[in-house]
Amino acid sequence: MSAPDHPESLSANTLTVDRNLPDPDGFYDELLEAHEGLDATETHALNARLVLILCNHIGDRDVIRAALAAARRSPSGHGGRTD
Amino acid sequence: MFEARYETTLKLYPYARSDDQTSGERRRHPVIVVGGGPVGLATALDLGRRGTPVLLLDDHDGVGIGSRAICFARRTLDIADRLGCGQRMVDKGVVWSVGRVYHGSHEVFTFDLSPEPGQRNPAFVNLQQPYVERFLVERIHESIDEGAPIEIRGCNRVVHLAPVDDGTLVGVDTPDGPYELHADWLIACDGARSKVREQLGLGFEGRVFEDNFLIADVRMRAPFPSERWFWFDPPFEHAGRSALLHKQPDDIWRLDFQLGRDIDRVTELAPERVRARIEGMLGDDVDYEIVWTSIYTFQCRRMPRFRDGRVLFAGDSAHQVSPFGARGANSGIQDAENLAWKLDLVVRGHAPEALLDSYSIERTQAADENILASTRATDFLTSKNTASALFRDAVLTLSADYPFARPLINSGRLSVPSVYDDLPLNGPDALESGPTVSRVGAPCPDAPLGDGFLLERVPGTFVLLTIDAAAPARIEVDPLHLERVSLSSTDDPSGMLAARYLGDAAGAVYLLRPDQHVAARWPRYDEAALRAALDVATARIST
Repeated sequence: MSAPDHPESLSANTLTVDRNLPDPDGFYDELLEAHEGLDATETHALNARLVLILCNHIGDRDVIRAALAAARRSPSGHGGRTD
Repeated sequence: MFEARYETTLKLYPYARSDDQTSGERRRHPVIVVGGGPVGLATALDLGRRGTPVLLLDDHDGVGIGSRAICFARRTLDIADRLGCGQRMVDKGVVWSVGRVYHGSHEVFTFDLSPEPGQRNPAFVNLQQPYVERFLVERIHESIDEGAPIEIRGCNRVVHLAPVDDGTLVGVDTPDGPYELHADWLIACDGARSKVREQLGLGFEGRVFEDNFLIADVRMRAPFPSERWFWFDPPFEHAGRSALLHKQPDDIWRLDFQLGRDIDRVTELAPERVRARIEGMLGDDVDYEIVWTSIYTFQCRRMPRFRDGRVLFAGDSAHQVSPFGARGANSGIQDAENLAWKLDLVVRGHAPEALLDSYSIERTQAADENILASTRATDFLTSKNTASALFRDAVLTLSADYPFARPLINSGRLSVPSVYDDLPLNGPDALESGPTVSRVGAPCPDAPLGDGFLLERVPGTFVLLTIDAAAPARIEVDPLHLERVSLSSTDDPSGMLAARYLGDAAGAVYLLRPDQHVAARWPRYDEAALRAALDVATARIST
């Protein structure tokens, strides 16, 4: 499986999409642990709070905008969803 | 058969048959204003005080029941001061600036709208709309006594309109039967269900919100402060999803309850039901009396343009907002002040009709800001879509512990004055590092001047305002009228005048419009530049 191409809009000045997490497996464990014991509704609520906390930490609207666009893109890299 | 649509509680302009009805002719009027609410009255008052004859027609003879618009912003009070009825509003009104937002019983956000010091008027006063109408009508009568050519006819209902080359033919119904008028210019201030707009077949598009809100005016002696209190998920019973409490004059309190969609209005307006909600909020042992209740839903929408040939639209007839943020009546009164000086110049032949297109351009921009702000607030309060609900709950939950989340809570962003940035009547902003607050397009900020205030010195004409800068004592700019106001930064020892108008500059020259908005500014006087800026500000040349 090949990595999706990076659209030109993701420049080095905005969103970091290269590897930036030390100990990725350890990070992944902590992410899932934070959701331990939560049902679906609580999981979604936690994710929403986490999004707001992290967006505030980032603070840079251009970075946030690029992240929202990247998240919105379909997994095949073909652009936005049509539904 | 002439029938009233609603009961009037205060007769401000009782019906009287006019000569126009008995003459048998179709009399011609330079300006006819349709609608005697705050916007129509402010328009007629401003135009009439400028000396342009104006006839105002209202389909009733006074004020309907209910407080309706209650929050009047500082810019509105400044406009009322220029028209001569601002002090009465401040004296009768309840001054407030603090708001508190609760999630459940937890206070999560507080704001203080106090304007900077050194301004004559408070940030907001609460005052029932009927008082505002009464004060405007009183001021109109005082102005008539001083010779202002204003006439109000009550129980004159516009029933049809026909545009013609040089104006509009107006068919009016009265208790003595119908008659016709010719308006050179017609100003529609007849509200959200404007007959004028309907007759002309003009669109009014935007969003409809489905949530219902119950408002109640309740008379009681209560120890609560004059603060705006808003609850998300109120901790008291029967309140619905959100609630509001705010003080008005005469010991009357405004209570709002968010009822949601799909309600039965008759059931909800039943007295026992309303009492249960009120007692849930106030407790059982508070003595109160219900004065008025109403259930409403909102729309946020506007006409594409506020000028249609010889017809102009102002207030709710042109644009509608939800009430969160008090942007309805306040923006309508700013429409009136924007329009009155422009139409006055056009009627006198001192400016081209294109000046009225600038009214539409400036006020549609203002309407878009108000619609955006009130739509965002309404979405935050009522949106059912999954993402909105999820993030609203996240914001409210985080607010308890994290300050960053609190400004995201939106129970209404309160009305601010319009600034006409980058619009066609703007002249040069040539004052280097000029303060942002007094930039071209902004309304003049107030400042202390000795025992008084700057805005008291700024009349409703074009003004050449100099601060520590030389200019001729008299400048002829026929046919326009230009007042000269010459000040020094030493006139205000507090330094606020300098901070608001000079910044780092040693001196400044401001050209102010008749609505007290800045048309241009420079570091020094230059006659050619002034004349060019006046031409631009009156649409006699375009940039």
